[in-house]
Formats: sequence, structure tokens, C-alpha cells
Amino acid sequence: MEHLKLKQKGLDVEKIRADFPIFKRKVNGKPLVYLDSTATSQKPLQVINAVKECYENYYSNVHRAVHTLSNEASEKYEGAHEKIANLINARGMEEIVFTKNTTESMNLILYSWTYNNLKAGDEIITTIMEHHSNIVPWQSLKSRGVKLKFVDINEDYTLRMEDYEKLITPKTKMVTVTHVSNTLGVINPVKEIGKIAHDNNCLFVVDGAQSVPHMPVDVRDINADFLSFSGHKMLGPAGIGVLYGKKEILEEMPPFMYGGDMIKEVSKESTVYNDLPWKFEAGTPNIEGGIGLGAAVDYLQKIGMENIRAHEKELVEYAFEKIATIPDVTIYGPTNSKIKAGVFAFNIGDVHAHDTASLLDEEGIAVRSGHHCTMPLTREKLHLQSSARASFYLYTTRDEVDALAKGIEKIRKVFKLK
Amino acid sequence: MRPIKSNEDMSGMAAGMYTEVILDYYRHPPNKGKIENADAKFKDWNPLCGDEIEVYLKFNSKNIKEVKFEGAGCAISQAAVSMLAEYIQGKPITEIEKMTNDEVLGLLGIQVTPVRTKCALLGFNAIKKAIHWWEKGINPDLVTRPDTKLRIED
Repeated sequence: MEHLKLKQKGLDVEKIRADFPIFKRKVNGKPLVYLDSTATSQKPLQVINAVKECYENYYSNVHRAVHTLSNEASEKYEGAHEKIANLINARGMEEIVFTKNTTESMNLILYSWTYNNLKAGDEIITTIMEHHSNIVPWQSLKSRGVKLKFVDINEDYTLRMEDYEKLITPKTKMVTVTHVSNTLGVINPVKEIGKIAHDNNCLFVVDGAQSVPHMPVDVRDINADFLSFSGHKMLGPAGIGVLYGKKEILEEMPPFMYGGDMIKEVSKESTVYNDLPWKFEAGTPNIEGGIGLGAAVDYLQKIGMENIRAHEKELVEYAFEKIATIPDVTIYGPTNSKIKAGVFAFNIGDVHAHDTASLLDEEGIAVRSGHHCTMPLTREKLHLQSSARASFYLYTTRDEVDALAKGIEKIRKVFKLK
Repeated sequence: MRPIKSNEDMSGMAAGMYTEVILDYYRHPPNKGKIENADAKFKDWNPLCGDEIEVYLKFNSKNIKEVKFEGAGCAISQAAVSMLAEYIQGKPITEIEKMTNDEVLGLLGIQVTPVRTKCALLGFNAIKKAIHWWEKGINPDLVTRPDTKLRIED
């Protein structure tokens, strides 16, 4: 046991877990083993308290009044934009638009950028491994004559990079890709894809929903024009998400929604829109959500994104050792930990994923089951009806991977696979 | 029906559902297949877990002459529809319409956990909907469309 503890010295997981009240609870009489952080993450006291403090001490509307509370709330809410900018190395908070979630961020690009920049005959390139939120918005452009093309994957679950050369034509105007697949866990070479996109004069959009919470992401290094992600997957509250956009691109774009807060001056005839990022944040925003997200960023940065990635990489290697070696277990995703995030989609023999999830739940283990909102990948490419998915985060321990292994053994026994 | 034997070496309510009988029906389901020219059919999904079942029925005056199903999903949903198909074969249509959820769950010989009740009843609901539309004289091809999930209020 001593050497296991030493191996985990990078992150003091026990200390981290003490910050998350939910780990005190039991599920079906067993300690909670939460392996569903890819769907949503749990919240530390620091985030819970930030929201609580907002309600109890300075809650009021932002950008509207001169009174003390409004000043404090505005400062905190704006400060959260600064913190996000700092986290992903944006040039400043004018490049950080708060949305509801990744899906809304993608829709902002759809309604504001594509509607004003694409015409019939133009093309968008996405990939087969995308979450529905990075397929369906672009698919909807079919009615405007915009074609959607898909980059395929290799046998080893990595993107088929040579497809880009084959698919890109002078009519291709946008390339979009997920940084980390929420089903396969594969970490895509976004910097390389960004270069291909820009060499071909395409807008480069990155879905960062599964990367920003788990590893260092530098928008200037990967040269993303847009990066979308959600607060609730990175220890923050639900209902707050982010769209990063390059300032020069955001400036050229018309608003996504019209109304209050996004204006500087309104007459009966016309309106002068507000400065970035407020031009894209119409109406009273999710104030407490933004403030909670700011606290989440503080928490993550205190631990260090490199350290979180290192911890999860180590867990991935441990899971390869403990889970992948169990007979009847099939894991969908790369086997190289360097390009594998802490996401394990798997099946056990002929056991349906729903049965797997149900039996694991009885042991207090929470995993996702289904198509993981990547139906083109699961159904059309992997030809799977569904799979179970276990995912890790900064609070996940080796003991929890062991619990999963034990749970899988139990399922093999129940289904008489051994 | 095959005799029911409980899986005694397994602790826990969920594990208790996977009896030998359930696993047998899951792995070798009687009545699995398609009926061409079925009098009634209906396809239903559970979007939460992706379980899907399409049922096909043939009637013989007032009785159910033949039932088959196609489907993919968890052991509970697939075993349940197979057992139910076996049970209703030859029975009067009115009897099936009067069947309650509890009676269907009773056929399985297991204690279905609350979250899995939806799985266990997916096939039963599809059968009821198939009969419902057949009685209204609606062409089965119109109620089972491959492109969209039909929502029915009844």
C-alpha cells in the first residue's frame, strides 16, 4: 500500500476529496464511487461557498446600478471572465463570452458566424467522433445548402488525419473538432488540425468540453478561433458555459441574442451594441453561475492543470492494467496513455451496458451507459447499441479503479461468463 | 414457461434480477424475429438507455395468433418481451388489453428494481400500442416509421 501512496504523491487526492461534501454519502449502503465526471463533475466546498456567499452577501444585478452590491456583483462576475481568460491564455476577458453550456456556445457560432459568413455550396468539416453538439448545429445548415463532411477514425481510434487533405476543398469554410472525445477518451492533435484549417483559410472551432476541465489548454498555442466548454464539467455550477473567440472575429460578428445588457445606447430607431464580451451576453446573465465558475477556476489552478492531467494519466495506466486485462472486457479507445484522457467506454461480453450500469450502481459505482451523445460514432462506426463508460477526475483514486474492477468481476459472475 | 429458479448466490436486489431464466430468455429469446404482413406492429424506444423493441402481431378473429419481436437492449427488456410474447400467444385480445403492469412484472418471476421497471415494460407498452392502432384501423406502417419516434397520448 505504501508504494501506491507514493505513486500518487503528485496529487493529494485525500485532501482534495475532503473538499467535496458528496463523497460523504453512501449509495446502496456502499461508499459512492463516482466515475461519471465526463457527464458532469462534482463540486468542492469552495465553489458551493462562492455561490452561497454571493446569495448571502452581495447578490444583485450586474452592470445596472451604482449601489455597492451591484458593484461587488459586477466585479466578481467580470472577474470570472478574467479568470477564464487566464486559464486558457486568452488575450483578455473581451474574448470570453459566458453562455449556458458548450451547446449554446456552438449555437452562438451557428447563428452569428455561419449565418453571416456561409452560403449555399460551402462546406464544414467535423469528425465522426463528435458529441451531438458538434454535429447537429452544422447539420441544420443543410437547409441553407451548406454541406457537412466527416473525418473518419483509424483502427486505433485516432483521427484519420489524411482525411483532411481529401475532404478540404476551396469551398470548405470551417473545420471543427473535439479536443478530447467524450466516448473514446482520445486526445486529438488540435494544433496540427488548426494549422491545416488555417492553411486552407478555414475558421477553426474546438470543442473543449472534455479537455479544459482536465488538462492545460492554451488557445493561442492551438490557435483556435473558437473554443467552447461547460462550467459544470470543471467543478463549476451547471447553466454556465464559455465561448472563447478571437477578438477580431467576435468584433465582426453580429449579436446572437438581442435585448438588455448587450447595448450601449438605444433609440427608437437604432441601437449601439455594447463592447465585447457583453455584446453576446444579452439579458441578466447567470450571475451566481459565473461567480461559481470563477471559484472553480481558482480551485483548479491552485492544484495545477498539469498535475490534474498527470494524475489522470496515471489512473489511465492503472486502469489499463486493472480493467483492460479482465477477460470479456472490451475497451473502446486508444491504448496509449499519452493520447488517452480518463474516459473508458467499455462492454463486458454480451452484457448490455444498461445491465452493467445497474449492477455497478448496486455497488455504489456510478457509470454512464448508452450512446454517450455520440450516436454517429457508437452506432454507425463502432456498430454498438451502447456501451458503459467510466471516467476519472482529480478526485478519482486507485481504490475506485479497484472497486470498478471488482464490480466487473461480479457482473461476469452474475451473467455466468466465468 | 420455463420453471423459475432464483439466483440465490447473488446478493443485492439488482443482481437478484438476473436469474438463470432471465439470462436464458436474454441469450436465446423465443419469438424473436419478424412477421411479414403483420396485422399490427409498433416500435418503441427508451432514449435514456437506447433499448428498442419492435413488436409484430397477427390476429385470429378475437385472439392473438402470433407475436414476434425484434429488439436490442438490456437483459431485462429483451427477456421480458420474449416471455410476454410467449404468454399472450393464443389469448384473447381483450385479456391483453386488461393486463396490468404488475401482472406483466409478475410473469418475470423476479423483483424488478424501480429504475428498471421501464425496461421490463417496454415490450408490453409496444404491444398495447400496436393493438391500440390496429383497433383504430390505422395501417401499421404509418405508426412505425423509421425516421421518427411517434408520440402517442392515450
